[in-house]
Amino acid sequence: MNAQSDIEAGGANQGDLFSKFDDFIAMRDGILASGVEDPFNLVMEKVLSPTRAICNGRDTILLGTYNYMGMTFDPDVIEAGKEALTEFGTGTTGSRVLNGTYQGHKECEDALKEFYDMDHAMVFSTGYQANLGIISTIAGKGDYIILDIDSHASIWDGCAMGKAEAVPFKHNDIEAMEKRLKRVPEGAGKLVILEGVYSMLGDVAPLKEMVRIAKENGAMVLVDEAHSMGFIGENGRGVCEAAGIIDDCDFIIGTFSKSVGTVGGFCVSNHPKFDVMRYVCRPYVFTASLPPSVVATAATSIRKLMHGSNKRAHLWENSKNLHAGLKSLGFQLGTDTPESAIIAVIMPDLQKGAMMWEALLKEGLYVNLARPPATPANMTLLRCSLCAEHTEEEVQTVLGMFERAGKATGII
Amino acid sequence: MDRAEVDSKIRDLIAPFNKKGVELTDATTFVNDLEFDSLTVMDFVAEIEDEFDIIITMNQQAEIETYGLLVDAVTKLQD
Ligand SMILES: Cc1ncc(COP(=O)(O)O)c(C=O)c1O
Repeated sequence: MNAQSDIEAGGANQGDLFSKFDDFIAMRDGILASGVEDPFNLVMEKVLSPTRAICNGRDTILLGTYNYMGMTFDPDVIEAGKEALTEFGTGTTGSRVLNGTYQGHKECEDALKEFYDMDHAMVFSTGYQANLGIISTIAGKGDYIILDIDSHASIWDGCAMGKAEAVPFKHNDIEAMEKRLKRVPEGAGKLVILEGVYSMLGDVAPLKEMVRIAKENGAMVLVDEAHSMGFIGENGRGVCEAAGIIDDCDFIIGTFSKSVGTVGGFCVSNHPKFDVMRYVCRPYVFTASLPPSVVATAATSIRKLMHGSNKRAHLWENSKNLHAGLKSLGFQLGTDTPESAIIAVIMPDLQKGAMMWEALLKEGLYVNLARPPATPANMTLLRCSLCAEHTEEEVQTVLGMFERAGKATGII
Repeated sequence: MDRAEVDSKIRDLIAPFNKKGVELTDATTFVNDLEFDSLTVMDFVAEIEDEFDIIITMNQQAEIETYGLLVDAVTKLQD
């Protein structure tokens, strides 16, 4: 019997495990009923470069892809991928601990060790799995995880999977973190989890103070640098490098899906026993390893990022220009000054946000629409992420699009 | 602090969050009766933690559905 006849029979969906999604479905239908193109079903028909694509038939500037360093079309990176594809085939068809470790996986881990100047590197199939795996494996029942309330879903899921006691503190609040750390019962294991850049508002964590306090209180520290790798810090190692506390971080988690420009995740560490993770970390063991072409592109990209200081400087310029331009147009932004390559534009509500998102798309601009509950304080955000390959003129073009769309929707 | 004292302290703390002035009994639920959303829960929990110098972990929060269960839990935690 299907749901429809259930209702007709007065059975009101009884037993349908999908009923719990009814509110979400109603919210989505509401947006679509207002005539807006579905923000969650955009198709890129053609990708022309790291900054341009044909979306829903339109030539579009990409300003919401986290492709910070524009490595996706780098000729050396593409060449490395093609070569590995030809020589090693399309996939490994196996776990890293069985038949899924190729020369390329080792080379990729070597590149990471060099990039971060750390003793150990472990590559996962995604960044999500890196957080899930490392967190759930090192912090188990009876251990305490002190984490920022705005942590990424993969961090929360890692806490839940390991059954540790998760204790959240107010976003970026040093004092709130310290108080909670000091209240952990005597003798319990402690892990503090922070992010370098928080991807919703593009704000940076006060890592210098937070990591110092965590260490003073005997906690291990894990920092997710997904949104800073390749860009922030002298060598692009992230906010922990810029803050001068990278040596006090026990674990750094990262992803290949942003600056590196492909897919995959990793953890680097100087912990002397780190290698045991390869045997006990289930999201590492019980899944197939990345294809040879992916690890070859990642390794090549990571090595190029080591020498990316010119690109880093240009990306900062882009971020500053966009931030200043949007601010002077009268938009409300997530941070007072540009702190990263993410500029979040705060929308009055979801309805207006979806209208603005669509108006921008029609202008030929793609940004990222973020809505509750994934956002802090239930905000609706248009998240812009800049790329080192955006030209100065493109940033000006983008500002013109924001001005027209903002006025058309009555947001400015 | 005994249960009655904890109860009276939490009553004071909850007042600014209890916008509609819902009458509090041990059976009052946070989500349905007080209509707390996840942000309100976060702020309210932080206040309780700081007032009593305790931590209420996510696992514990998941179990505390009513006002009475909260008073019980805090009484035990601040012991
Ligand atoms: C902070 C943070 N951590 C982890 C991830 C997961 O990365 P991946 O896309 O490689 O799964 C993301 C991105 O989605 C992220 O923003």
